[in-house]
Parts: sequence; C-alpha cells; structure tokens
Amino acid sequence: MSITELDRPASTDTRLKVVDCDIHPTMREDSQILPFLPKRWQDHYKTYRRNVRQGLHGTLTHPRMQVNRIDAIPPGGGPPGSDLDFMRRQHLDANNIEWGLLQALQPSGAAERNVEFGAALASANNDWQIAEWIDKEPRLKGSIQVTQEYPEAAVREIEKRANDRRFVQVSMSPRADEPLGRRRYWPIFEACERNDLPIGLHVPGFGAGYASTPAGWPSFYLEEHQTFAFIIMGVFTSMVLEGAFEAFPGLKLVLVEGGFAWVAPLAWRLDKHWERMRSEVPHLKRKPSDYIREHIWYTTQPMEEPERHEDLVRAIEWIGWDRLLFSTDYPHWDFDDPRMVLRVNVTNAQRRMIFSENAKRVFRFG
Amino acid sequence: MAARHVVATVDEIAPGSAKVVTVAGREIGIFNLAGSFYALISKCPHEGASLCRGKIVNRVESDEPGRYRVVAGHEMIRCPWHGWQYDIRTGQSWCDPDNIALRHYAVTIEPGERIVKGPYVAEKIPVSVEASYVVVEV
Amino acid sequence: MRVPYKGAIDCDVHVGVPGLSALVPYLDAYWQERVRVQQLERLDFSITSYPPSMPLSGRPDWRPEKGPPGSDLALLQAKALDGFGSRFAILNALWGSQMLFAEDMAAAFCRAVNDWVAAEWLDRDPRLRASIMVPTQNPELAAEEIEHRARDPRFVQVLVLAGLDLPLGRRQHWPMFRAAERLGLPIGVHAGSTYRHPPSASGWPSYLLEDYVSNTQLFAAQLTSLVSEGVFAKFPGLTVVLLESGFTWLAPFAWKFNKTWRGVRSEVPWVTKPPFDVIRDHVRLTIQPADLPPGAAPLGDVLDQLGSDELLLFATDFPHWQFDGDDALPDGLPPDLTRKILIDNPLATYSRLRETVS
Repeated sequence: MSITELDRPASTDTRLKVVDCDIHPTMREDSQILPFLPKRWQDHYKTYRRNVRQGLHGTLTHPRMQVNRIDAIPPGGGPPGSDLDFMRRQHLDANNIEWGLLQALQPSGAAERNVEFGAALASANNDWQIAEWIDKEPRLKGSIQVTQEYPEAAVREIEKRANDRRFVQVSMSPRADEPLGRRRYWPIFEACERNDLPIGLHVPGFGAGYASTPAGWPSFYLEEHQTFAFIIMGVFTSMVLEGAFEAFPGLKLVLVEGGFAWVAPLAWRLDKHWERMRSEVPHLKRKPSDYIREHIWYTTQPMEEPERHEDLVRAIEWIGWDRLLFSTDYPHWDFDDPRMVLRVNVTNAQRRMIFSENAKRVFRFG
Repeated sequence: MAARHVVATVDEIAPGSAKVVTVAGREIGIFNLAGSFYALISKCPHEGASLCRGKIVNRVESDEPGRYRVVAGHEMIRCPWHGWQYDIRTGQSWCDPDNIALRHYAVTIEPGERIVKGPYVAEKIPVSVEASYVVVEV
Repeated sequence: MRVPYKGAIDCDVHVGVPGLSALVPYLDAYWQERVRVQQLERLDFSITSYPPSMPLSGRPDWRPEKGPPGSDLALLQAKALDGFGSRFAILNALWGSQMLFAEDMAAAFCRAVNDWVAAEWLDRDPRLRASIMVPTQNPELAAEEIEHRARDPRFVQVLVLAGLDLPLGRRQHWPMFRAAERLGLPIGVHAGSTYRHPPSASGWPSYLLEDYVSNTQLFAAQLTSLVSEGVFAKFPGLTVVLLESGFTWLAPFAWKFNKTWRGVRSEVPWVTKPPFDVIRDHVRLTIQPADLPPGAAPLGDVLDQLGSDELLLFATDFPHWQFDGDDALPDGLPPDLTRKILIDNPLATYSRLRETVS
C-alpha cells in the first residue's frame, strides 16, 4: 500500500454523511459526575469511590498499551473525548458526522458491586450526557446506561427516559453476573422491546468476577483485547439459546466493538449443533441463524482486516449488508477513520447502508 | 520539482524529540536522533493518521519469553492511532510481512534480523542542516 | 462426502472408560485400597462436557449395548476402523481424572487409564494408537507421566482438555511442553473443560449445547495464550493439535489477533511473526465438527482463508455424533486436499506414526 493509494478517496460519494454508532465522551475528572448524584451518593462516592470485581482500585488490571489516540488530546487540556468543541472540530465536523451515538462508559454503574450505588451512577451518567453533550450538540444522541444486575432499577431508568428522544438505545455491560440471555435480565428486555429501544452492548473494561476467557485470566493486554470478541460471542450465544428473541420478538441487539467476521462461522456452528441437541432447548421454535439474522446488528469498529481484502466483502455478505453499523470508537486508539476504513469494492448503495441507512433503520434519530 | 524549505532551527528540536510542520501542503515530522536529523511524511500508510505526532520509542527485541531488550540506535515512531511502528531512520515498518499473498507464503527472517520487516514504508524526506537551520526537500 | 479410499489416519477416536473398576487392576496397592475404602468404583467419573447419554456423546448406531460410548472394542473396530478403512486411529480418553483437585490421585488415575488403554486396546489391535492422558493439575507430574509413557511408541501425543485452571500458554505449564518437545510428541488439546472457569467468557451458560458451542471461545483463547506467552518461541519444535475444535472459526480469529499484535507488539517482543503465521507453523486442527451450513457452500473460501493446506487433520470423532452415515468429510473437498487431510498431514504431524510406517 503506498501513499498514493491513500490519497485516492475511499468514497466516490464525498458528500456522504456518516452515522457513528460509538463515540466515547469522557469526563475531565471523575468528580464531574458529582453534581448529577444525590447528596447521599456524592458522599458515598467521595468516601468509597468505585467497588468493582478486581484487585486494583480504580485502575484496570490489564493496563492498556494505549487508551486513546494521542492526537485526540484537546489543546485546552483534559483527556481525549472530554472537550465538545474539540470533538466537533476533530471528529464531528471533520468526518461529516450526521448522528453520533454516545457510549458513556465511565462511570456507568454497570460493574458496581453496590447495586444501589450503581443504579444512582447510571442515572447520573444519563443526566450528564444530556447536560454536557446532547443538549449542547444536536448531532449527538445518548445511550441510557442501566445497571443490569439490579433489573428493577434498570427498568425504572428505562421507563424514565423512554420517551426522551435524546436517547436512542439502552446500554448495559455484556460482562454481567450471568450470561446476558438468562431470565433474570428479561424484565430489562421487556422494557426495551416495549419502548422500541435497541440494546447496545459495548465491551467493558471491568470484569464480572469470572475470568475474561473460558481458559482463565490472560496475562497480556494483547490477549485481553482478544477477549472482547469472546464476551460478545458469549452474549450472542446466550441471547439466542435462552430464547430471548423468541420471548421478545421486537427486541433489537447491537453488538459494539466486538467485530463481525466471527459471526457467520458461529451461526453455522449454532445451527449445526442445535440440530443435534435441540431437545435440550425446546423453547427455540426456529433455528439459531434465523434469530441472528433478524435481531442482531454489529458495529464495524475495529474493522476486520483479513489477509485478502476481498474476504472482508465475503464476511459482510455472509451476515448481510443490512447488519453493519459504522462506528469510529472516537477517541480510542483503535479508531477507524470513515474515509479510510472500507477500502474494498463495495457499491455506493452498500456504502450508504453501512455508513448511514442501516443505523437509521435501527435507531430512531431525529 | 522538489523545493527546499527551512522548517526549524537546530536548537528547536531537542535530541529524542520531533517537530511536526506542514510544508507544501503535506505534514512532515522532523526528528532529532542523537544530533542527526531525519524527516518522514507524517501520514501512516495504514489508515492515514498523523504518524509523526506519535511517540518515539525504542526498538525492543527478545531472546526468549520474559526477556526484554531495548536496542539503541533504532528509534521508532509509533503511530498515534493503532500503534504501528516505523524505523525513523529508514521509514521501514516492523510489523507484518506481505499480507496479500495467501497460500504457502514463506515468512523469512533475514540473517541478523530478529523481527520480520513490514510491507509499508513511511516516506522519507531528504533533510540537511545548514548553519543552524534544518532544511527539508519536498 | 465419504472417505474415498482406505488408509486414512483418524486423529480423534474416543475410547470410553467403562468405570473406575476397570482401572483398579492397574492401580498400586495404596490406590487400590483408597478405591476400596472410599467405594470410589461406584462413582461416575464421566465428565460434564460429555455426559454419556447426551446425543452428541454417541451416535445411536455407534453406542454399545452396555457401557458408555466408546467402551466396546469390537464395535470400535467395526465402525471406526473397518467402517472408514482407516489405517490408524488415535485414541483419546475423556474421563474424570483430569477434573480432580487432588493432584496425586489425578496422576495415579491418569496413569491407570494409560496402562488400561495400552493393555486392553493397543495390545489388541495394531491399528490403534493413543494419546497420553496427563494430570494437568500439576505440570511436573504431567511431565513425569509423559516421560514414563513415551517409552511405549504407540503413544503418539499428549492429551489435555481445552479448559484448565490457567491459560495453556502460562509458564506454569512449560514442564509439559518441554517434555513433549523433547520427545517429539504433539500436545493434543481436546474440546471440553475441567470447569474451573465458566465455559463462556460471559459467564455460566444454562445449557450443555451452549457449553459445547462456546468451545470456540475456549480454543481461540488458548491459541491466543500459547502464541502470546511465547510457547512456540521457547519450544520451536512443539506442535499443538486442536481436537474436535472444528476450523471454520480460525481465520477471523487470527485476523483479529494479527491486527491487535501489530499495534501492541512491544508487549510481547518474542512474538516476531504475525500470530497467524505462528499458528500455521505450529498448530493443527481436526476437521470435526465441520461447522458449515448444509451444502457447505462457504467451504472453498474458508479453506483459502486458512492460507495453508497443512493445517487440517482427518478425524471421525467416533463415537461422537458429528455426521450421519459415512459423511465424514465436508462436501466439495478438493481431491488433493482430501489426500493431505486423510494421510499426509497426520503423518507429518505425528512423527511416531511415520516411524511405524517406515
């Protein structure tokens, strides 16, 4: 690949407006959440901070080689993703973003062991999204953060925000106490389906208290990064086999930052072995790939990089051109630039689907 | 036709650091490595990031798992996005062999080298020092 | 697709231990007394990954009248060996000794299984070979069993389950790899788990079907560990065989692994080649289960994406129910590749088979 190839624009439609289904707004300091918490929880936070299932207090036990793009540090200070003006200049304006879907990961309360505090954090996070981002920038839409381990509170939070069009999806952690398809989470699915809100699952940093792989805890960040796909695969499998899509036929699931090239082989595998063992799961009325095809979407970042470019097209064909939702993961290090990321032979119609139309069908923007 | 541009004074760029400038519409990084100057076009061949805004790192080799050896004299620029590394002096990337051929390609490690060379080369720019100025030809 | 000619090497056939009582003759006096006093022979040492009565555990026409699937020699000879015209079959026992927490008991029982396999299976049919079952709970004890058992050339591989206490690449496991490499034995990593960890990266699934499907995550995590920890850098002569892993998941996983490695390479500077290339050099996979849609239309692309025709090894996975009739091979496998899968790749992988042949 030479520089001259890069100079050729990836899109023949240079006015294509882009929907970005994964942007991470960040607080300048953690204490920015405090004004959005009731006093009782402000005091709790100042005294006890966060209580998650790992040995280090407040730092991930697999320190990232890099968290953010180095060039995303705002000139006025603060961490990448904390400055709306800079985000506008560097990303929303520069990349022609029509809609940007926020995944406000920290603090979201999803991993908090004290679930009452977790629920308060989630609600505060949602208020912070509105006050600091969505109300100030009409292109941005929010994800309703909920504490999945406290389903009653999660449902309350969803009901509170459901008619607020500033939020277009519900977000929870796929690293839940149990595989997310299990029945204890069904009240949350019911609320999402009833309110026509897709669930967007983003790979989390903090663990659920069991190893991040079925083989045990990995040593290196290189390995830990691979686990994102495993978690998403696990949730994918659970939601299908538990019959969540049979119970909630209107439910939409968006898998964020988990990749997508693994989807087709896993769907083939699920179908094949379900044939053999379907007596164990009689609640499934259809084969797994039917549910997968109808209920699940995948964000594109980090874009798959097969050894042969054309295999990317194959991977997309195998899951469906209507299944992919473009995302950048701005400002994280494995950011995908919309102009550069899809340098394969796709039609303009396919490009529009991935960069815009699919997302507009899944989410109620505008 | 290439033209010569003054981009910095020699004092401006401390050893072990870089300056990023725009010359003739192109972003360029100028590096001072132990008093010698090198320049690269600041565009990562991977996804077009501003390559030269990344961190300067050492080349790291290993004789066996658990051992880490920092190799002097082969500083690399680490792309600020996805972390790909390029030798500042040569522009050579150090990540991946030719990834287009698929079947039966043999990955060779050249004698004396411990890491496979990558397919991408960051574009070098001729640079010289005249009096106390750093000059590039673009 | 049927196996088109005789002479294949079946790299994964399951021998079923009928019960601990079958192993008692092979235990020493101390363990015989433990079994007697604790009435252990009445306990079921079958494993959660493969409950004997589960459909996948035994195809109906491959189940014996009595005993668990794989426990009847005559049936195995007729169906697995004669039925597919195989020249050799490598026996892998999936049994509870690898699940125990007491290391010494695990070692004693694994040794007894290996003794029993040698005496009552390998001695009775010259086409049979076997993997060495080892107490993975303690890699030093595992290395001892490897050294001990390797004196019998009919044992051609070391057998571990895919799910252990620690990821397989961890240095604590290296005594096993050291011994295996020195003796020219591949490490066979078989689907299934000791259940020290939930079988899925998202927690404890409800269903055995879900556990089984989640083996893909497990194999992917283990390959990630083996490469990242530098096992193949440290033991360049080592081969790892993934057993009952299938193969259609490998390329997408490896592309992602390559991609991440490029950016974080300095964390693991002993990984000097892209991970997918390391895998092509050191890892082999059996073809069961062939996870493809009916008709196997994507097979050609999947095979191309593997980027090497040396990766796949033939297996029936007898008596597990992966296919019906004689349909051991996926439809549309090209003839050249068929031969490599049936014969050449297994011979290249298992050096001890080559010694027998020559």
